[in-house]
Amino acid sequence: MAESETEVKYQQPDERGHFGVYGGLFVAETLMEPLSELRLAYEKFMVDKDFLAELDWELQNYVGRPSPLYFAERWSKELGGAKIYLKREDLNHTGAHKVNNTVGQALLAKRMGKSRIIAETGAGQHGVATATVAARLGLECVVYMGAVDIQRQAANVYRMKLLGATVVPVTSGSATLKDALNEAMRDWVTNIDDTFYIIGTVAGPHPYPAMVRDFQTIIGREAREQIQQHEGRLPDALIACVGGGSNAIGLFYPFIDDKNVAIYGVEAAGDGIETGKHAAPLCAGKPGVLHGNRTYLVEDENGQIIETHSISAGLDYPGVGPEHAWLKDCGRAEYVAINDKEALQAFHDLTKIEGIIPALESSHALAYATKLAPTMDKDKIIIINLSGRGDKDIHTVANLEGITL
Amino acid sequence: MIDHVSRIQARFELRAKEGRKLLIPYFTAGDPNPETAVPMMHAMVKAGADLIELGVPFSDPMAEGPVIQKAMERALEFNVSLRDVMAMVAEFRQKDQETPVILMGYLNPVEIMGYVEFAKAARKAGVDGILTVDIPPEEATEYVVAMKAEGIDRVFLISPTTTEERIKAISDASGGFLYYVSLKGVTGAGHLDVDAVRDRVSTIRTLTELPVGVGFGIKDAASAASVASAADAVVVGSAIVKRIEENLDSADNAIKSVCELLTEMRQAIDV
Repeated sequence: MAESETEVKYQQPDERGHFGVYGGLFVAETLMEPLSELRLAYEKFMVDKDFLAELDWELQNYVGRPSPLYFAERWSKELGGAKIYLKREDLNHTGAHKVNNTVGQALLAKRMGKSRIIAETGAGQHGVATATVAARLGLECVVYMGAVDIQRQAANVYRMKLLGATVVPVTSGSATLKDALNEAMRDWVTNIDDTFYIIGTVAGPHPYPAMVRDFQTIIGREAREQIQQHEGRLPDALIACVGGGSNAIGLFYPFIDDKNVAIYGVEAAGDGIETGKHAAPLCAGKPGVLHGNRTYLVEDENGQIIETHSISAGLDYPGVGPEHAWLKDCGRAEYVAINDKEALQAFHDLTKIEGIIPALESSHALAYATKLAPTMDKDKIIIINLSGRGDKDIHTVANLEGITL
Repeated sequence: MIDHVSRIQARFELRAKEGRKLLIPYFTAGDPNPETAVPMMHAMVKAGADLIELGVPFSDPMAEGPVIQKAMERALEFNVSLRDVMAMVAEFRQKDQETPVILMGYLNPVEIMGYVEFAKAARKAGVDGILTVDIPPEEATEYVVAMKAEGIDRVFLISPTTTEERIKAISDASGGFLYYVSLKGVTGAGHLDVDAVRDRVSTIRTLTELPVGVGFGIKDAASAASVASAADAVVVGSAIVKRIEENLDSADNAIKSVCELLTEMRQAIDV
């Protein structure tokens, strides 16, 4: 657009990883040097033609990109408002957007001469995506996973084991994603010489939030081209679910300078924001420092991190990527919350109306669309990031409905 | 700005004059329970502690091994907060104005209170220094200003991977002493290579005027003595917390067991 040419382009973070007051580098001293080494490698290879060509090849031939941008015609009609397009990240190899990032980081690990990969995982999607790429590249792989999550995502645990990864149960703290991240950090600080830590979301110390974003922006870059092919113009709104926020930033980032595109991030309201049992730091938390960066957190008045609640393990995290904190504060994106019940309804709706079983994480974005789309004219366009497929969640959904599979 | 010599500096100068080394025990405030904290501190001083490092419980202690993680979980069962920990120091100060106390923990509780408010409350309580594991000097500009204004010493860690350039920057931001972490890893881990520590400490000494303490991997009197020969102070954490863990049924026994260990260490490093 002509107007954006004269405006200052969005350019975050600064050279030390700050998105406004958020982000940065808050880690124990032993990690400062490895993070500096990682930052230099990332800066070098993200402009290296050979590296980018290798990454492109893997994304095309191994991941299966580009993923389609699908017009959900029946569902749009049913909602009676804007036209809804789904960015089908669920069709990627391993069934979610996570693999875009793990392929990128694993290739970087190889270039850096690291032989061992570690990762944290919540729902198991990032763990599976990491174990998959580690198998593909012949790297040793250790995945840390909260003991509680291991129980609710048994299929993904077995998948990781089949792929040759070691899955380490984490029993400290609340035994969920945040504790898995703590434990992965502890492993990394102990084994920094040969180990590469693949963080699965746009959180953590610099350069992770920027690096993971850069690997995920393939989503938004493709969507931007595809919508122009389908509709000859940019969309009016983007919607994506936000746990750590990597699928969301991946879709949003290439549209940030397009001021006419409204951006909505959807957090997990769990049992409801008012009950306190949620995972919505942007909607109901306040800024603090956790896992290497300053961002919005679900915390108590003494700065202790509070256990979060969501039907979706992938959104069950008390922090959020620092770039989302910044986009909230500067007003470029709006963050809303969807509770378990609403997400579950959207899960069923999409399955029945479009024949697509969405992940419970993505169902939060879909549920917000059911509120937003009817308020918009029929010629308006929404793109939703369908970040993952729901096969992994069928046991959870069946359980909630009293069915044993 | 407080212009008198800090309690920490005074203690280091006193021991240097005597040709002795400082013994610095750590324990988590509120472990095994909040009532034991102040008696534990007094008992530690009697057993030969020069400076007490009081751990502030945090829900996500990323740099701790399993021993201190569990101690923090025990303390958090009593909801011990940063303000509670400062109240413990204030109570300790009623009977002991000599022994320096530093708080060790993570940034978020301090961040939530606000650096300036924390520094004021800490000075009022009689806290001498603060070590937050997850704030490097690069992020600590406002933090350092706030602490300096109230005379609170800033203790930062130096690791085996810290470059010489950064050791200088860390020294510039620090007050009291520098804390060299003797191995890569979390608290309570690994085996100590005393020769490597000696080499590293002598390099650090060329880059700072501050005294250098060494921690991580000091488990008993023998390892305390060998590290003491290479540094100005030895810091003992997990070995002490393990004694508390072994005596969860009796706070008196926990104190007794901790003090036995400290007495042995004191004798070994004073030889």
